[in-house]
Amino acid sequence: MTARILRRTAIFAVSLLAASIVVFVFTAVLPGDPAQVALGVNATPELLAQTRAEFGIDRPLVTQYLDWMGGVLTGDFGNSYVTRDAIGPELADRLGVTLWLVGAGMLVAVLIAIPFGVLAAVRHRRASGTVVSAASQLGIAVPAFLAGILLVQVFAVRLQWLPSGGWTPPVQDPGEFLRGLILPALSLGVVQGAVLTRYVRSSVLDVLGEDYLRTARSKGLMPGQALIRHGLRNAAIPVVTVLGLQLTTLLVGAVVVERVFVLPGLGSMLLDAVSARDLLTVQGIVLVLVAGALLVNFLVDVLYTVLDPKLRGAR
Amino acid sequence: MKARLLAAALALLLVASGCSAGSSAFVPDDGSTLAVGFAAEPQNFDFTRTDGAAIPQALLYNVYEGLVKLDDQGRVVPLLADSWTVSPDRLVYDFTLKPGVLFSNGTEFTAEDVRFSINRVKTDWTISIKSKMDVVDRVEVLDPLHARVVLTKPSNAWLFDMASRVGAMFTPTGIADLANKPVGTGPYEVTSRRRGDSIVLQANQRFRGPEPAYRTVYLKYYKDPTALNNALLSNGIDVIGTITAPDSIPQFEADSRFNVIQGTTNSEVVLAFNNKKEPLNDVRVRRALTLAIDRKALLDTAWAGRGTLIGSMVPPTDPWYEDLSAAYPHDPDQARALLAEAGKPQLNLRLRIPNLPYAISSAQVVQSQLAEVGVSVTIEPLDFPAVWLKQVFTDHDYDLSIIQHVEARDITTFGRPSFYWGYDSKTTQDLLAQADRGTPEEQVTAMREVARTLSADAAADWLFLFPNVVAAKKKVTGLVRNQVSESFDLTTLGRSE
Repeated sequence: MTARILRRTAIFAVSLLAASIVVFVFTAVLPGDPAQVALGVNATPELLAQTRAEFGIDRPLVTQYLDWMGGVLTGDFGNSYVTRDAIGPELADRLGVTLWLVGAGMLVAVLIAIPFGVLAAVRHRRASGTVVSAASQLGIAVPAFLAGILLVQVFAVRLQWLPSGGWTPPVQDPGEFLRGLILPALSLGVVQGAVLTRYVRSSVLDVLGEDYLRTARSKGLMPGQALIRHGLRNAAIPVVTVLGLQLTTLLVGAVVVERVFVLPGLGSMLLDAVSARDLLTVQGIVLVLVAGALLVNFLVDVLYTVLDPKLRGAR
Repeated sequence: MKARLLAAALALLLVASGCSAGSSAFVPDDGSTLAVGFAAEPQNFDFTRTDGAAIPQALLYNVYEGLVKLDDQGRVVPLLADSWTVSPDRLVYDFTLKPGVLFSNGTEFTAEDVRFSINRVKTDWTISIKSKMDVVDRVEVLDPLHARVVLTKPSNAWLFDMASRVGAMFTPTGIADLANKPVGTGPYEVTSRRRGDSIVLQANQRFRGPEPAYRTVYLKYYKDPTALNNALLSNGIDVIGTITAPDSIPQFEADSRFNVIQGTTNSEVVLAFNNKKEPLNDVRVRRALTLAIDRKALLDTAWAGRGTLIGSMVPPTDPWYEDLSAAYPHDPDQARALLAEAGKPQLNLRLRIPNLPYAISSAQVVQSQLAEVGVSVTIEPLDFPAVWLKQVFTDHDYDLSIIQHVEARDITTFGRPSFYWGYDSKTTQDLLAQADRGTPEEQVTAMREVARTLSADAAADWLFLFPNVVAAKKKVTGLVRNQVSESFDLTTLGRSE
């Protein structure tokens, strides 16, 4: 098992290094000159040259890459071309917002998926089960931004119960923070919840056919009690795995939802940085996102190893 | 584990149901607080080193002040200077400063600061508009309340420019961290910001005048026009600084909660011709294209009929404005005749535009109308600003482009042959120079002549002037109708309870 985890760790590290090179190369070949964008329409050649030197983008690409990686490894992401501030703290701040959003979206997804998925499985031969299945099918087809726009129209513009967007840090006003998080979390979570419902359903259906459930019922437990005491825990293992993999999808969805709800997270930071050709910032954000995705995959992998006895001897 | 999830969900629901309908506590709703929504966010607060309209929009007149400012009619009026005199040779400006003015860090504003600020434009600013101060020879401190500015040549543009960000007054003790901590003499100071979300301004306790009507102002930023509109509709903000989705205007006009104000801007939407390059170096071709386009129809399609047809690079708030929109009436037959005369009955042109809504919708109209006179147009949207700036603006690699020119009095760009218009006319250059050095009356006459010359040369096709459409809750009064200065001026605002 240890060997397998070590191997996975090595793969994780190498992927991260490769990703950093890809990220760097792709941002470096983006058309458009950051110095020109920073200076605006009437920039003179002298000012352009001066600004390029100040940004360090007149140096060879290899030097720039090594300089950047050296900084990143010590936690220094450099200074933004546009805001002139250190990128690291800003990234951390924005990452916080995105993590809250992803976490809340995940919570909504789980809260939807578990009851409805179990319901759809237990009643899979009845009308109510079919309705839930059909609804989840529909939910999968709705993109998160559309869900967001609809929710805003109903709950913010018409009813005016909840804000249409904006962010209040939890330390500043917890109530307002939660109110602002509800609609974005719903629009992100409902779609994921629909996807997850189908996994819960099939997983529970599998469990329902198992011998140990029959045994439990023969001991005198009601079908519901048997499922809750013995079935759900077993049904949860594949669901948790899917949940881990879905985290990456949630991150992507969060980028879009941040735009709809004007949340100052990583997604909106990335969009701004790309349009301003703030290359160092783009590199920093993309690297963090890629690292996040790789980390989730790595952890899921390790969890597999730990959870599944069959893999313990494997390499 | 599940019990904990359930508890969290319950808490969430409790909070949601506990909130009263219609409230918006993101911005405290207490009468002395105002929230204004904008589309473009300042990346930092240092307009001496970062270009773009968003920083002066937030800070000029509100946090930073100059010796003079522009009113909404485009007139230069006193601000930190009580009055000024101009010498007969138009080279020497003597300013009498307001007494008792303090910067927000407590330093007193004197003629020394005038000298410091103007000289600093030349030495420390890195953005290109610093060249507006090139005409200054020296600044003299006559006494603490009298500053003298000596120019190298007479320039009407200079005093006008002093009302823009280049004329902002700084103190040597307040420039340590311009990007984060602006120090000015204005009625507000910046107290906090959250990037990607908002900037908070608070009344400056050291301000000389009466306290502004709103003690706290939230400037909130929405990249997406729909999100901006929704914020006003759902009480998240009180004012939309400028509506960027014209189709949404009727819904605000129909809603009794809001006032909608429409005025003009300095923003000409221009169909640029590459005057230097075949075939647009031929005036007959340029005239033909101008005749072929129905600008009224274009305005209706591209910007919901809001905006003004001007036919020149001059907005109605400039003293030399005259309506030249009828100079080239829509006339496809004459356009075809002119193209035939130029020996170019069939043309293929590249219309390279920024990927922005107004440019894309305008480009489609231009394309279909030019097709009617035998000119086939390929539309190429370019990522803005980065790619458009590089390829069209810097490399002049285009036949036609469509872009909004937002700077005040930017008609002077037609006097620069190296500018991306590629327009090189001795007459225009002489007239512009003459206008800048003459008396204000001579300036008006000469500038009017510049606009007419450009129109006769069909140097570009001025499609329309962007409107300034502000939507605000009824309680907000004193909003500036015409967006003439670079500032979103909070100092004129009031409230009706």
